[in-house]
Amino acid sequence: MSLLEVRGVTKRFEGLLAVDGVDLDVGEGDILGVIGPNGAGKTTLFNCLSGLEAPTAGAIRFRGAVLSGRPDRFTRAGVARTFQNIRLFPHMTVFENVLVGRHCRTHVGLASAIGRGPKFRREEHESEDRAAELLGFVSLDQAGDVVARNLSYGDQRRLEIARALASEPGLLLLDEPRAGMNAQETRATADLVRRIRDRGVAVAVIEHDMRFIFGLCDRVAVLVQGRKLVEGLPAEVQGDARVIEAYLGAPAG
Amino acid sequence: MNTRKPPALAVAGTAALVAGSLSPWATFAGYPGKMSLGGFPGGARLFCLLLATGAVLFVLDLGGRRRAALAVGIGAAAVVAVNFAGLMDHGGGIGSVAWGAWLSLAGAGLLTAAAWRLPAGTPAPKEWPVLPVAVEVAAVAAAVLALLGAVVWGLRINESSRFVSFLVFVAFVSVAVHHLGVFEALGVLFARRQRIALVLGGAAAVAFPFTQQGNAYWIRVFASIGVFAVAAIGLNVVVGLAGLLDLGYVAFFGVGAYVGALLSNAALTTVHFHVPFLFVVLLGGCVAAVFGLVIGTPTLRLRGDYLAIVTLGFGEIFRITANNWDGLTRGPNGISGIPDLAAAGFDFGESHALFGVTLPGFANYYFVELVLIAGAILVFTRLNDSRIGRAWVAIREDEVAAAASGIDTIRLKLMAFAIGAFLAGCAGTVNAHVTTQVSPDSYTFLESILLVAAVVLGGMGTVPGALLGSTMLFVLPEKLRSFQDKRLLLFGAALILVMRFRPEGLVPSKRRRRELRERAPEGVPGLPGASGAPPGSPVAG
Repeated sequence: MSLLEVRGVTKRFEGLLAVDGVDLDVGEGDILGVIGPNGAGKTTLFNCLSGLEAPTAGAIRFRGAVLSGRPDRFTRAGVARTFQNIRLFPHMTVFENVLVGRHCRTHVGLASAIGRGPKFRREEHESEDRAAELLGFVSLDQAGDVVARNLSYGDQRRLEIARALASEPGLLLLDEPRAGMNAQETRATADLVRRIRDRGVAVAVIEHDMRFIFGLCDRVAVLVQGRKLVEGLPAEVQGDARVIEAYLGAPAG
Repeated sequence: MNTRKPPALAVAGTAALVAGSLSPWATFAGYPGKMSLGGFPGGARLFCLLLATGAVLFVLDLGGRRRAALAVGIGAAAVVAVNFAGLMDHGGGIGSVAWGAWLSLAGAGLLTAAAWRLPAGTPAPKEWPVLPVAVEVAAVAAAVLALLGAVVWGLRINESSRFVSFLVFVAFVSVAVHHLGVFEALGVLFARRQRIALVLGGAAAVAFPFTQQGNAYWIRVFASIGVFAVAAIGLNVVVGLAGLLDLGYVAFFGVGAYVGALLSNAALTTVHFHVPFLFVVLLGGCVAAVFGLVIGTPTLRLRGDYLAIVTLGFGEIFRITANNWDGLTRGPNGISGIPDLAAAGFDFGESHALFGVTLPGFANYYFVELVLIAGAILVFTRLNDSRIGRAWVAIREDEVAAAASGIDTIRLKLMAFAIGAFLAGCAGTVNAHVTTQVSPDSYTFLESILLVAAVVLGGMGTVPGALLGSTMLFVLPEKLRSFQDKRLLLFGAALILVMRFRPEGLVPSKRRRRELRERAPEGVPGLPGASGAPPGSPVAG
C-alpha cells in the first residue's frame, strides 16, 4: 500500500480547471518529481495535498486514512510542505521558527503552560532538542538566534525545510526548493533531499530544473493543463514524445 | 574612557544655561515656581539646571554621546519654549518674559550647536559583562527607584505649565539616556535578574500609596489605572501577541462589571443575592470568556480590517443591549449603590493607617488590583513563552504558513480571544466596586479605542508597555486639566508625537521593534553570504 494515494483530485476555480482528475501515488521512501509547464496546476495540486485548498472532487488518502479539512489536520496526519515563495515567520528567530513546527507534536495546554509543571518542561526540552538536531541537519546550527528574514535566500529555504521536518512528517512536499539557487547550492539541495529520504521521509518535489529532477527522483509525473500526462521512471519520461511536445510544442507539418 | 578639553562653545552654552536657570524668567509675580525671583532655580528652571549637567557628555568619551548631547540641548530649549508660551499666556505678550529665560534659551542653543559639532564617541561593547550580583541588583533597584521617584515627583507638580515642562524634561532625558545605551543595558539586566526585578517592581508599586501622605486624589486615579491596566494586559494578548485587532474589547470589561455589580447586593439592582467577591472575580472572568468564545467563533475567520469592524459591531451590540434590557441591567440607569468590598471585618471603603501613613479606601482597591495585575502578568508572560505564545506570534506573522506548520489557527485565535476576555472580565468586577455604579455609557467605542491606544502607545507585546500606556492615558488628561478645552488637543498631539518618533511604542517587544524598524537589519555573525535578502524578492517563476 502506498503512503499517499491521490485519486481523481480535481480543483476548479470559477471557470478554470486547474487540476483535472489527477491520480498519484507516493510510496514509503519515494522521491517523486512533479514537473510541467507554467500554469500546469502543480502548485494547486500541492495546495490540495496540504489542505490549503479543498479539492472540488476526488480523494486524498494518507496512510490509508482520508485527509480533509483545515491544513493543520494534514500536517498532524504527516504531510508537511514548503512554499514556492518562502513563507517563514520573518521576525522570529531561526530557532523559534523550527519550534513552531513542533506545535502539532506537542500538547501542553493553557493550564500547564501557565503552571509550568514537569510535563511542560519535559516537552519544551524535547522540542528544543529536536529543533537543535534539525538545525544541525540543514547546517543552520550556527544561526539559531538570527532573525529569519536576515538569512540568505538559500538559508531561508533550508530553514523552511527544517520547520517542515519538525512536524515529523511521513511525506514532505517541496515546491521549487532550488528556485533562485546557483549550481553549487542546487547540488547541496539535491543532497539534502536524499538525506531527508534516508530519514524515512518520502518527498514529492515540484521543480523546473530538469537536470535536478531527473538526477534526484525515483519517479517523475508530468502535469499539463491540470492533467497528468505521463508518470514513470526518469529515463522513460525524459524520452517520451508527449512530454517533449508539451514543453516545446508539436513538430510542424 | 578618555577625557578631553570641552569645546569653548559647550562651556559658554553651559554657563549661560546655568546662569539663566538661576535668574528671573518672569517680569511679573504669580507664575508657578516664583519665576520673577532670581538666585534659585524655582519651577521649570530646575529642569534646565538639571539638563545642564548633561554637559559632562562633552568631556566623557561615550558611545552615542553626540545624539545624547543633542537631546540635552534641544530638551533645554524645549523646556524654555514651553515656559515662553506659558509666560506670554499668563503675563500677556513677549514683555512678560524676563532676561533669564532669554539667557537660558541662548545657552540651550549654544549647547545644541556644540553638540552638533561633537564627534561621536567610542561605542560601548555589544556584549554586557556579567557583574557581581550585588552590583546588578543595585542597578535594578536604582532603576526601579528612579521610576517610582519620577512618578511621585511628576504627580506632585500641580501647575500645568510646570507639568508639561516636566514631561518635556523626562522625555528628553529619556532620549539622551537611550542614546547612551542605558535602557538597552537595563533591559539585559532586568532579563538576567528577572525575579529580583519583579519583586522590586512589585515593592515599588506597593510603596506608591505611602508616598501620597494620606491624599486620596492620585490613589483614586491609580485605582482606575490598575483596573485599566489589567484589561490592557488582556488586550495585549489579543492584539500584541495574536495580532487580532479588537475594537469592541471594552464589552468584555463591561460584562465583568455587570457580573460584579449584579452579584454585589447593590442598592439598586435586579439580582438580590450576594456571592463572595473572590468567586465573583473568577465568575466575571469566565462569563466574559464565554462571551469571547461566542463572539469569536463566527468572527475569527475574518482577518485584519474585517475583524476590527465586526468586533466594533459586537461592542456596540453589548452597549445597546445593556441600555435596553431593563429587566436585568436596569437600562440607562444602570446598577448603582454598589457597596464597598468587605472581607473578615475589613471594610475596603474605609481608610486605614499603616506605618504611620493614612491610606484612603481607594488604596485597598489599588492593592487588590496589584494582585490582579500580578496574575495577569503571570498569565501573559508564561503563555508568551510557550508553544501557545509561539503559535500566536506565528499566526500574526503569516497565518497560512502557521496553518501549514500544523497550527489550528481558529482554535488558537479563540484561545487568545477568551484569555483576553477573561482578564478584562476580572478587571470589570473590581471596577464595579471602585466606581460604585455600572451603566452602559461607561462602555462606549471610545473606551475600546483608548485601550487599544494604551497598548499601542506603551508598546505591543510587552507587560511594561501595557502598564505604562494605561498610566499615561489616565495621568495625562488629569494633569492637563487646566488647559481645559485644549486638553484633548494636547493629548492627541502627544499621541501623534510618540507614534511618529517611536512607532513601536514606549516599551516595545524585541520582535515588534524588528517589524517596525525594517531599515536596520541586525548583523549576522558567522554566516557566509547572509546579506539579509528580504523573503520572496528573487523568486524564480
